[in-house]
Amino acid sequence: MDRLHQLFSTKKKDILNIYFTAGYPQLDATGKIILALEKAGVDLIEIGMPYSDPLADGPTIQESGQVALENGMTLPLLFEQIEQVRKESSVPLIMMGYFNQVMQYGEEAFLRKCKAVGVDGLILPDMPLDVYEKDYKALFEDIGMNIVFLITPQTSEERILKIDALSRGFIYMVSNSSITGAKTGISETQLAYFNRINQMQLNNPRLIGFGISNNETFRTACTYASGAIIGSAFIRALAKGNDLNETIASFVSMVKNETVLK
Amino acid sequence: MQYTVDQRGYYGEFGGAFIPEMLYPNVAELRNLYIDLIYDESFQKEFQALLKDYVGRPSPLFLAKRLSKHYNTNIFLKREDLNHTGAHKINNTIGQILVAKRLGKKRIIAETGAGQHGVATATVCALMGIECIVYMGAIDIERQAPNVSRMRMLGAKVVPANSGSKTLKDATNEAIRDWINNPEDTHYIIGSVVGPHPYPDMVARFQSVISEEMKWQLKEQTGSENPSMIIACVGGGSNAAGAFYHYMENKEVRLVAVEAAGMGIHSGESAATSVLGTKGIIHGSRTLLMQTEDGQIIEPYSLSAGLDYPGIGPLHAHLIDTGRAEAVSITDDEALKAAYFLSKQEGIIPALESAHAFAALDKIKYSSEDIIVINLSGRGDKDLATYIKHFENYG
Repeated sequence: MDRLHQLFSTKKKDILNIYFTAGYPQLDATGKIILALEKAGVDLIEIGMPYSDPLADGPTIQESGQVALENGMTLPLLFEQIEQVRKESSVPLIMMGYFNQVMQYGEEAFLRKCKAVGVDGLILPDMPLDVYEKDYKALFEDIGMNIVFLITPQTSEERILKIDALSRGFIYMVSNSSITGAKTGISETQLAYFNRINQMQLNNPRLIGFGISNNETFRTACTYASGAIIGSAFIRALAKGNDLNETIASFVSMVKNETVLK
Repeated sequence: MQYTVDQRGYYGEFGGAFIPEMLYPNVAELRNLYIDLIYDESFQKEFQALLKDYVGRPSPLFLAKRLSKHYNTNIFLKREDLNHTGAHKINNTIGQILVAKRLGKKRIIAETGAGQHGVATATVCALMGIECIVYMGAIDIERQAPNVSRMRMLGAKVVPANSGSKTLKDATNEAIRDWINNPEDTHYIIGSVVGPHPYPDMVARFQSVISEEMKWQLKEQTGSENPSMIIACVGGGSNAAGAFYHYMENKEVRLVAVEAAGMGIHSGESAATSVLGTKGIIHGSRTLLMQTEDGQIIEPYSLSAGLDYPGIGPLHAHLIDTGRAEAVSITDDEALKAAYFLSKQEGIIPALESAHAFAALDKIKYSSEDIIVINLSGRGDKDLATYIKHFENYG
């Protein structure tokens, strides 16, 4: 059983998934952030592959990506950094990026490299479901790479069932109709949507993302799903903080509402 | 060989809809409905009436005698510059605003480079009384000030795109994000034959009125509806798609797509996608685009804001990839020369984008018997500041 399935088989509630952009704020921060997040008790880490044109991301993540690219981040370097940190880290790692990046690396080479360096799953928000099913599903299964698809409040029931059938690992449940980091708080409409999905009895566990930024929103999300994903709020904390380890420890404890042990 | 879009939304290996799930319902709605919608009798009646009485179509096909004499051939100009708002862009926005109305959308968003598509969108929104938001790169806002004022006067809100290169590709990203944030009441009027399926096909169909008219106009003036070749500039490629559309399957007609080489193809300051581009994904479409080995999209350059785009529409990628269309690259310098030359030869000041198509006459082979149609996609009013700046070198 891979690290991702291991996690979801042992932990059913309150899973905290933190997203960060590789190469931000410094080029060599990747490993340090992963280790600090793991130490702080984060269950799952999503590594953003910085991209020039991140359509599904908001301004916070786009800006962090631009900084990372200016710092010199590339996919080969990121794979090296992950390979290095894997010697000390056992937390499940997933990579999030855009399909063009994978295409240019070479789809099969990319998947094999992910597997080799210890990446447990992928989120490629602009990879169409039908293209995955037709051209890549067999390859993902052959290599043993997990894939996470998104659902939104507008996704039809029929399509959700298809997404559930094709997802391996978990389903990324977009909390509202917006790009990352755009809105705060959780509305009645969103709660109705969470309930509706809950009643569908899907095979895959679900993590709620978009608009999760603090203990309150994290708690609410955890009531309706296996856990939640935080991205933009964490990037903003990194931008403000001085000491990486301290910033990360206090951010994670703020989200979990725990006291930091000094 | 099929050149129009297939059932799955592809042109050969190009096209498709590589979009995040957040956009899926909107794009799927459009994909399922667009053909039935636009060929509906009441739609066509309204569309044709607006093209005639509001846009001023048909646009003339003009035999440019002095230009023809200079080049020792027969050159016709398809006068899209005479359309209302000064370019071909309005053909598409008229069509799409009617689509938006029938889909019950209350809010229109658009991206714009040179500002021509922004103006054309603001125009049809004013005409229909619908809210209009136009995303425009911060740099383009500076270099295309008259069009920004036009859009504002027409009641549109112009929002600067401050990310990336602050030009057309970034304005497109911002517009897509707006659509993600407003999934229910908003229609996105894409201005070129780019973006996820069905946009490239829908925009090409609305622009296809250009070649539809060319056929009967040529027949009237030359006795044959076929020219020897059609020359059009390509940024995203909407005017070229319209000018080529009804001739794509007719291999006797040469199709020439003219790209912007900026300071020179290999100068590092260029937008010549067919030469510099590789296969990849941009704005939801698999096509040719300028990118690094790592798949990061390269910021293009052209003096002309309308050609300053790092990709080309999937239809053009397919036409060029299969050899059906020839690609020619024209530098800023060559385009400026051509603009001044056309102005003095024929009394027509072209848009800087269209000037690239005229410059191609110096780069391609043809005979004295040939019938050449150049799609004069827009007029040069918006580029006056640029032209004046270079008056000493070219005037």
